[in-house]
Amino acid sequence: MTKNIFKPLYTNLNSLLSINFNNVSLKLSNKPLFNNLSFKIDSKGISAFIGPNATGKSSCIKLLIGLLKPDSGEVFFSVNEKKRSIGYVPQKIILLRRNVEDNLLHTLSISNYPMNERKKRIKEVLKFLKLEHLAKESARNLSAGHQQLISIIRALIIKPNFLFLDEPCSNLDLKTIAIIENLLKLASRSGVKIIIVTHDLFQAKRLSDEILFFYNGKIFEKNKTKNFFKNPKSKEAKDFKNGLLIK
Amino acid sequence: MIELTNIFKNSFNLIFSFNKDLIEIIFLSLKVSFFSLSFSCIFGLPLGAFLAVSKFFGRGLLVLFFNSMMGLPPVFIGLILYVILSASGPLGALQLLYTPKAMIIAQFFLIMPIIVSLTRQSLEEMIVEYDDLLKSLKASTKERMLTILWDSRYSLLTCVLAGLGRSLSEVGAIIIVGGNIAYATRVMTTTIALETSKGNLEIAIALGFVLIFISFLINLLAYLLNNFAKKFSYD
Repeated sequence: MTKNIFKPLYTNLNSLLSINFNNVSLKLSNKPLFNNLSFKIDSKGISAFIGPNATGKSSCIKLLIGLLKPDSGEVFFSVNEKKRSIGYVPQKIILLRRNVEDNLLHTLSISNYPMNERKKRIKEVLKFLKLEHLAKESARNLSAGHQQLISIIRALIIKPNFLFLDEPCSNLDLKTIAIIENLLKLASRSGVKIIIVTHDLFQAKRLSDEILFFYNGKIFEKNKTKNFFKNPKSKEAKDFKNGLLIK
Repeated sequence: MIELTNIFKNSFNLIFSFNKDLIEIIFLSLKVSFFSLSFSCIFGLPLGAFLAVSKFFGRGLLVLFFNSMMGLPPVFIGLILYVILSASGPLGALQLLYTPKAMIIAQFFLIMPIIVSLTRQSLEEMIVEYDDLLKSLKASTKERMLTILWDSRYSLLTCVLAGLGRSLSEVGAIIIVGGNIAYATRVMTTTIALETSKGNLEIAIALGFVLIFISFLINLLAYLLNNFAKKFSYD
């Protein structure tokens, strides 16, 4: 049970799943951000989006979730919407004005999770993560670390194929970061494709299998993590890695 | 001064003697207010939530319309309804004029815009906060509306109270469509207006006190409920 607790619902399709950006252009506040951006991400492992601020990492995630629409081009998954599910952890923690159990119940309910299994699923996940004592606590009154944990659990509880996280560990202590990273590794091993936006290069190195380096609305480098940190291909990536590229 | 003291004394006597006519008037007032407020909430809360979560062509105009309706003179609503419900009007066949039902309809049109506008305003702040999450879950408009309505249920109490205040204090519209007929459509506010014009200040003042007392009681209840709810609001 523990091994498969976050196993995606549509696992049989996982090998077919991929994310595609095809000539995507996007303007934000009338300023061009992406111009014919194209790339593909495969369905396995953890991909980290890194790069300076305002280079399009979060916007990329928002395009994938559907919170932003491209001005031209297309963002698509290789398998249609009914055969995949997505979990999203936004940069700013959003928790409903309810207790932890009801926050999770709300997500399961909107995601059409089988009704008679919802409570059982919540109990199972909270017990597995040793957080069952928080079930009746007000979600918004928890510590920042617990709030972020609940936010990630909420995204994972629906057994998604994809999990998108936008800077999930900013302002958290090292212990909570370790718990979250272990949780993400477990989810990844269960078959969840994870895409994480992070400014923490050490976290990217620890967690990810692949790095996508964003700069000026372009992907300057898409490389295996090991290769990226050993020998970045572009000068910009090298400068960024060495802390020289701020903006 | 002595006369004023006597008026107040007689008013209190009227209240505490539980005068049958007075009780009937109070009961009808509460009945009309209860039904008009209930119907206003049934339509107004979802409509306010819909305006808060939706973006569509003409939304701004609709918001402006309901905001303007909040300040509409009650006598005007009464007049329009009178024309519609009178024997020669389009709904004359229903024979609603000079009945409590007509008074409920009139108050519905007065209270509903208040509920819609205040609900929209209150929920707009919440939807800004929740929307990224709800949209990422592919929540439908109905699901988004239900989520924010449920999560703001305690703060919406203020909107409902504002509606109730308007309903209890209203006189212009219901006097036109109700006719202020004794034992049929006479409520507290219309009785106060009538008895004052007749010089029967005792009844008018007695009903004024009852109105203030009811208003105080409702606000006290809301205050206690709000305090109680804070413990369970998870905010």
